Amino acid sequence: MAEAAHRSQDEDAVWRALEEVKDPEIPVLSVLNLGVVRAVEFSDDDLEVTITPTYSGCPAMDMIEAEIKESLARAGYPDASVKTVLSPPWTTDWIDEDGRAKLLEFGIAPPQKATANKRALFSAPPEVACPQCGSENTEMVSEFGSTACKALYKCGDCLEPFDYFKCL
Amino acid sequence: MTAAVARNDQALSQQDALYDYCLRLGDNALILGQRVAEWTSNAPTVELDIALGNQALDLFGQARMLLDYAGRVEGKGRSEDDIAFLRDVLDFRNVLLVEQPNGDFGQTVVRQFLYATFASALYEGLSQSKDEELSGIAQKAVKEMAYHARHNGEWVVRLGDGTEESHARVQAGLDALWPYVHEVFEADEIDLAMAEAGIGVDPASLKDAWLAEVTAVIERATLTLPETDWHPDGGKRGHHSEHLGFILADLQFLQRTYPGAQW
Repeated sequence: MAEAAHRSQDEDAVWRALEEVKDPEIPVLSVLNLGVVRAVEFSDDDLEVTITPTYSGCPAMDMIEAEIKESLARAGYPDASVKTVLSPPWTTDWIDEDGRAKLLEFGIAPPQKATANKRALFSAPPEVACPQCGSENTEMVSEFGSTACKALYKCGDCLEPFDYFKCL
Repeated sequence: MTAAVARNDQALSQQDALYDYCLRLGDNALILGQRVAEWTSNAPTVELDIALGNQALDLFGQARMLLDYAGRVEGKGRSEDDIAFLRDVLDFRNVLLVEQPNGDFGQTVVRQFLYATFASALYEGLSQSKDEELSGIAQKAVKEMAYHARHNGEWVVRLGDGTEESHARVQAGLDALWPYVHEVFEADEIDLAMAEAGIGVDPASLKDAWLAEVTAVIERATLTLPETDWHPDGGKRGHHSEHLGFILADLQFLQRTYPGAQW
């Protein structure tokens, strides 16, 4: 009983340490918001955190792994290991509600919920509301944006350009 | 005794085949990524520059996962970086199509369209692979390559059905690249062994659907499907065109000049 309480305290500390690790390119999102942390496992004295990559070529993943190790070291787990698994593959549906709200507040339109990406040639791009003024009078400027996970849009009312987190 | 040895040989050959299979997939992604990255700061518009840079990034990401896995299958302790930066031309296993020069923007979008249409079908098949690692990589890559196929397919139509100048350029690009398509669908003993084991996909089985998809876009772009009997191949066995050495000279310069450099 006492041991169980002790264990759960440890686990709370680990989740708090993970909450402090932010996506280096979208600093309002923690790795928990992003949904890349798959498991936290204690075995004997070892701690192993399992993560999954977002986009195959996302350069932030190496940094995220390093920052998770650092944060866990600060929380008292200097020997924690981080394991990467690919399957099942991450999708933008794994970004939690809190994360979606933070994205919008940060000025990035959150991804749409469907994960199907097999649109026909020249079919209409997803309709995305402007994160600045809420207008739906927006148009896609480019299918690729400032990072691998974003497309570039422009608002027809407030005229601001903005990023849309691509649905994957 | 004899039976044990035979089983051992068979196990080895399966491992060798998987290593080669991963190397081919990884080298295709790596070399194509390097080619696309050559466009950085040179594309016709800033949006297209970013689009090409992002496509290269997706390809490098796929290459990293595939070469990392190849290294683990090989079991000699080589990392993805060792495999990417410390092999010479004859050890690369990519198809000739991906090492062809970029040409103009029209030729590049044709190459990206032809390859991404193939790769998205291939990864869709590999998503069902009995090899969990390959299946995991494929489930990520399939979405990225489908996105590339659509983006580049739209540009093939825009330019093909554009001005006289853009039409002529895209047609010339298609004519230049078409002979190299044949090799992409050639199956050899490694492809067949992997397909039979439920690990890989026989590329020949993808050709009809690919050709139908590509033909539809080419017709919509008012382009003409080239006819040619010249089908250069050999890339999958390490016999490359003269272009690959120049690509590696760029790609590998740093690790060759400052071995083990890190940043």
